Amino acid sequence: MKKYCKDFVVVENIALTPTFFRLTLQYPEKLPEINPGQFVEVLIKEGADVLLRRPISIHDVDEDKNQILLLVQIVGKGTQALSKIQSGQSLNLVFPLGSGFPLRGEKVLLVGGGCGVAPLMHLSRAFNNIGIKPDCLIGCRNQEQLFSTKEYSDLSNLHIATEDGSCGIRGLVTNHPILDKKFDTIYTCGPTPMMKAIAKEALKRNIPCYVSLENTMACGVGACLCCVVDTKEGHKCTCTEGPVFLSTDLKDF
Amino acid sequence: MKTFDKRLEVKIKGINLKNPVMTASGTFGYGEEFSDFMDLSDLGGIIVKGTTGTHREGNPYPRMAETPSGMLNAVGLQNKGVDVFCETVYDRIKSYDTNIVVNVSGSTIEEYVEVAEKINALEKIPAIELNISCPNVKKGGMGFGTDCLMASQVVEAVRKVYHKTLIVKLSPNVTNIVEIAKSVEGAGADSLSLINTLLGMAIDAEKRKPLLSTITGGLSGPAVKPVALRCVWQVAKNTKLPIIGLGGIMNATDAIEFILAGATAIQIGTANFIDPAISSKIVAGLSEYLDRHNLKSFDDIRGII
Repeated sequence: MKKYCKDFVVVENIALTPTFFRLTLQYPEKLPEINPGQFVEVLIKEGADVLLRRPISIHDVDEDKNQILLLVQIVGKGTQALSKIQSGQSLNLVFPLGSGFPLRGEKVLLVGGGCGVAPLMHLSRAFNNIGIKPDCLIGCRNQEQLFSTKEYSDLSNLHIATEDGSCGIRGLVTNHPILDKKFDTIYTCGPTPMMKAIAKEALKRNIPCYVSLENTMACGVGACLCCVVDTKEGHKCTCTEGPVFLSTDLKDF
Repeated sequence: MKTFDKRLEVKIKGINLKNPVMTASGTFGYGEEFSDFMDLSDLGGIIVKGTTGTHREGNPYPRMAETPSGMLNAVGLQNKGVDVFCETVYDRIKSYDTNIVVNVSGSTIEEYVEVAEKINALEKIPAIELNISCPNVKKGGMGFGTDCLMASQVVEAVRKVYHKTLIVKLSPNVTNIVEIAKSVEGAGADSLSLINTLLGMAIDAEKRKPLLSTITGGLSGPAVKPVALRCVWQVAKNTKLPIIGLGGIMNATDAIEFILAGATAIQIGTANFIDPAISSKIVAGLSEYLDRHNLKSFDDIRGII
């Protein structure tokens, strides 16, 4: 897929929780095809402490309006600076990067935790577009950390697990009974321990499980070899050969 | 047909560059990774990834940490080995309308010689860059580039089997870079590229852990530019070899500073990660500088500091 390095215009920057915000970005021309699970490298102009671009997964795409949505968690200086961007300002992206999720099967489960819920919106939309309503399981600490539940519900059968039980079932995503339903494929994105636990559950049930990694990276295009993950075939770049991998292809999964 | 600014042409012993702008090894892959963003034929040259005698997996993740105005890397020469390069990669890239230079690395003199000999047989590769300065491998690498005797031995051995342009990439992690440069010049190098990365480290205070799997790594980016400029200036004043300057060049102004310090050509490294089309923009920036200062070429201002 051809990659681009272009300026977008910020249409909207909404704080969803104290640590999560959502950017709606307008592309000045027709957007190229973007697969769910792909990501962008965002240029953040914030002085000496933020030199490199930040890889951010694509939350959703509005093909009619030529808009890309990014769901961002504030985790450091780069994302902190990005959270202050205002509508009307421009933002330079290198996109679309990575391989994305392959759409496999008819009964599919999407499991997200933390910022890992981001690409599941676009993935849900892609399944809807081929007539499949996925099950989507979101895990978080408590109700205050939940957001965009209406949007996820519109595109999926939404299930929730919170650690304190303030919404959905009490416990971790791996405790949710939806896992016992029969699925063709499971997709997961979130903290590594969560993805490992989900991959283990999938393996037990003999279901292929795709995980989306978020290794630190520099170039995003397979040149610097900084973001490698250890696979059964040796080191592979998360940016070009991932970020989505079949869990059974990875070592330590 | 695209026309190029003739004023920018430079020569590095035996090879003609349409302009002084090259891309640094390990930051530009094999060039193809950047072809969506720029016309590779805009470049004076592309220095492809460090190539060793056999396949190397490199160091474990994490291999990169951002630091103020820079980044540390500890990739450790991950590559598929010289045979895969000759048999598959070479065919994909040999038709690029620019100079493709292979960065040659090894753990032993024999390995450097083996790789250089195999690359010598490739018609469309006019030069190699001998990497005696990689800080991220346990054996060889920087060890060869921080000792005058070892540096001259590896260059002499490679010189015997390599008959095209031999560029040697020097490490800044030495007390006296001029001594190393002179040893390498005496051993038969045609050109010097400097600098490789500076050995550094970064720690996460909250987790109380190093940020790199190898603890130490190579620092690059704007943070190293003053050190790189100093090295280029010192070596330019004390050797006759054409110098390719690199280290933190982010724009055309930075590139011109290196030329003023004595560099014939320059390489763009870390900046490629921030703007994938930067190298091509720097070429345009050099032309613009000549226009603005009413210069016929950079020959009039090279090394005037």
